[in-house]
Amino acid sequence: MNSYELSSADLDALREFGNIGAGHAATAFSALVGGVVRISVTDARLCRFAEVVDVVGGSDAMVVAVYIRIEGEIAGNMFVVLSTESADRLVDELIPGREHGRPYGEMEYSALGEVGNILSGAYVAAIADLCGARLTQSIPAVAIDMASALLDIGLMYGSGEDNQVLLISTRVTHGGREIQAHFFLLPDFDSASTLFQILRGKMPSD
Amino acid sequence: MTDEGIEIRVGIAEGAILRGKGRLVTAGLGSCVGVVIYDADGRIAGLAHVMLPESPPRETRAPQKYADTAIDWLIREIVEAGGCPLRLRAKYAGGAQMFQGVKMEALRVGERNAEAVKKRLADRGIPVMASDVGGHQGRTLWFDLPSCVLTVRTARGETRAL
Repeated sequence: MNSYELSSADLDALREFGNIGAGHAATAFSALVGGVVRISVTDARLCRFAEVVDVVGGSDAMVVAVYIRIEGEIAGNMFVVLSTESADRLVDELIPGREHGRPYGEMEYSALGEVGNILSGAYVAAIADLCGARLTQSIPAVAIDMASALLDIGLMYGSGEDNQVLLISTRVTHGGREIQAHFFLLPDFDSASTLFQILRGKMPSD
Repeated sequence: MTDEGIEIRVGIAEGAILRGKGRLVTAGLGSCVGVVIYDADGRIAGLAHVMLPESPPRETRAPQKYADTAIDWLIREIVEAGGCPLRLRAKYAGGAQMFQGVKMEALRVGERNAEAVKKRLADRGIPVMASDVGGHQGRTLWFDLPSCVLTVRTARGETRAL
């Protein structure tokens, strides 16, 4: 297999899969910051590379990303992506007495990493449970830079010869504090067939 | 900032050739490497946004994506467009490790990309006039013809001319 061959039923199943993961992550997020957290409908589709970074504002957009590598029967890369404004509000919330707008130090990076860890942990646990698969996640890594520079590892491992990746994305919004985060899950190209085999077994095929 | 002539934007894992006057641009390189091969006197240049160090064993349909096949693709396209093989020179930048503090083979691909580019250029006998690789920051690059200057800008706004 050197390119993806998917039916609309496959994409529906994938959307449901992402919804379940993101739903659990949103619950964890709500427990962390308090208040109501809303999630968008999960988008699951095959994307050209440029479309992936367009979701978060284009290749030059400055964003904060937490990266988590998922290994196991289904391997892939997960990113929790925040605009710099959302990340600022989030660290203000997490670090009591922080002076707003202060340059990020170890404390800010570690707080963002921990959020990524908790959210992706809930997401990964939910999908592992759903698929009956054993999945492990790496410790989180945080970086602030141009969106495409940060996401390119996901594109590398997620694409076959036709330069398309399977992107499962959900937007999570904390209304009260206007914190918005995007979950990106990009299954490895080599794991996609296993993932669909599992999902096809779980969902009605027509 | 803008020169006369056309501007060609090169996407991730893509490549393009420019003749005459103008600029080749690629934005947001992380662990990818932007490779430029050019013939200054012939006023021909090509840019590839390389994503992975090695092409798959079978013939690839996406030569611009891999360091080895991208460099061969650039050479072939430039020579076909009238470039002189003996005058070809190269400049490249990118290959950062964007996420630090995690020991993961997956995150070292930037370093491997930069090494693969260097090796293939050496194998093909193309002198490297300048390079800017590694570090932990993303880069946006543009290459101008006829000046043959490669400009690198990071997200923090630092600009270097190579």
